[in-house]
Amino acid sequence: MDKRLEITLPGMTIKNPIIPASGTYGFGYEFADFYDINILGSIMLKGTTLEPRFGNPLPRIAEGKYGMLNAIGLQNPGVDKVMSEELEKLRPLYNDVVIANVAGSSIEDYIETAKRISSHDKVGALELNISCPNVKAGGIQFGTDPTMAKELTRRVKEVSSKPVYVKLSPNVTDITIMAKAVEEAGADGITMINTLIGMRFDLKTAKPIIYNKTGGYSGPAIFPVALRMIYQVYQAVNIPIIGMGGVSSAEDVIEMMYAGASAVAVGSSNLVDPYACVKIIKRLPDLMDELAINKLENIIGRSHNNGE
Amino acid sequence: MANKHGIMQIVSNVKIAKDVYKMIVKGDGVKYIQRSGQFVNLKIDNIETYLRRPMSICDYDYATDSLTIIYKVVGRGTRLMQKMQPNEYVDMLIGLGNGFMIPNSIKTALLVGGGVGVPPLYKLAKDLHQKDINVVSVFGFRNKEDIFYEEEFKQFGQVYIATDDGSYGFKGNVIELIKEKKIRYDKYFACGPERMLDGLVLFDHQNGYLSFEERMGCGFGACMGCSCKVKTAPYKRICVEGPVLEASEVIVRG
Repeated sequence: MDKRLEITLPGMTIKNPIIPASGTYGFGYEFADFYDINILGSIMLKGTTLEPRFGNPLPRIAEGKYGMLNAIGLQNPGVDKVMSEELEKLRPLYNDVVIANVAGSSIEDYIETAKRISSHDKVGALELNISCPNVKAGGIQFGTDPTMAKELTRRVKEVSSKPVYVKLSPNVTDITIMAKAVEEAGADGITMINTLIGMRFDLKTAKPIIYNKTGGYSGPAIFPVALRMIYQVYQAVNIPIIGMGGVSSAEDVIEMMYAGASAVAVGSSNLVDPYACVKIIKRLPDLMDELAINKLENIIGRSHNNGE
Repeated sequence: MANKHGIMQIVSNVKIAKDVYKMIVKGDGVKYIQRSGQFVNLKIDNIETYLRRPMSICDYDYATDSLTIIYKVVGRGTRLMQKMQPNEYVDMLIGLGNGFMIPNSIKTALLVGGGVGVPPLYKLAKDLHQKDINVVSVFGFRNKEDIFYEEEFKQFGQVYIATDDGSYGFKGNVIELIKEKKIRYDKYFACGPERMLDGLVLFDHQNGYLSFEERMGCGFGACMGCSCKVKTAPYKRICVEGPVLEASEVIVRG
């Protein structure tokens, strides 16, 4: 293993900074049909709630130029089944620890789910999903109100036996206010950005294509937005950032780390090209050589030091 | 380990009915197909089409490494597909979904297709015929101009055509035709618009296999974009546990 790609994060040292983003990778094992998933730095699991959820009615998917809209609505089998079934299916296929994405409708839901799933030996850290734009209760309301975000983070930190990262929404006026709020509440890290709320309409019927009317927009189209927000948050807080938002190449990964990301999650690209993460990981060492980067960890936030 | 990915070369891409095209591609990805009723998810290299397009496999042949898809031009993606030329390459995920399972001990199979739901039944008809199972086909189209593959299916058995406007064959829908002609069968295999599939389930909810179409994010079970409620499980993903569902598990308008 190439030590030059190794990154140390709260709760885990990962062999490379590439992590498939939550909601684009299921519980990991589907991708083992395409390649050996042990190549991944870690895996962010599909958003998990206390009770099973079916999610939103169909259609849940639409697309735009260089991007896609989704309104899945947190479909998942519930925390107990995720622990007893999904993580057990993943266990023989993936040796390292994963990041569990925790969602809910109330503070109590989040606390109970976090308490249970953080006890699982395959889980190295939690990603607190306070930014899902596709569910009515909970989700984004915690992600747009700094007081609620702070309270939720503090309460989950009290019960979690693993480090807690908080996933921020870009659908706010000033994302640094949210970042500071969760840092004050004790968050170990930040993951950002979740999807941007969008819509598409059917030309013939004039109705929204997605049943939920709105969906979360992701894909290469949002990459510059993600970079800008990571750049701002890196200056506002002292906890590490796992960056995400439209990443589709090794070049994107380097740029996002320059902006301030300690690791980088790949989302929509996995759906379009199931080999996206592998291609990026394999390309990174050569790209580092081309850019005279000795160790990847050294470039985190480089853009803030006049490129030094 | 499965792989399912192939860069396929276009052999031909020709019009066979109004707005309907038949594309034959070849490449070693054909080996990932396990049975009829599975689908491919193809990437169209264009700014307008970020997501792949799921398309049913009409026919395939391991000996020649070729597979056939038939598609109707209905939007941005299919308009771009229509312009693709022989010798160009297409990036495909191949052999996705469960496909049609042929149960033992059936003597007569009824194939029910609606519009561009007809294609995936073609390789199935071939396979049924090879197993000495009688094949009866009932296909519905909007009108005479939309009809395709009538002759191709005739080599496997009787073919009935229904059109909405009566411009060819029976005037009405496929279910009315099945009732009118008193067609008997052991199992039916169907693919077509959801309205037709729901109608079939209401007509016979015990002896059928139905292939569903849905908008997909990925086509291989990762995004949960195509989940539907069924009677036998909390949900099934059309792309992995489908596209073929048993009539007995389908929740009408589910």
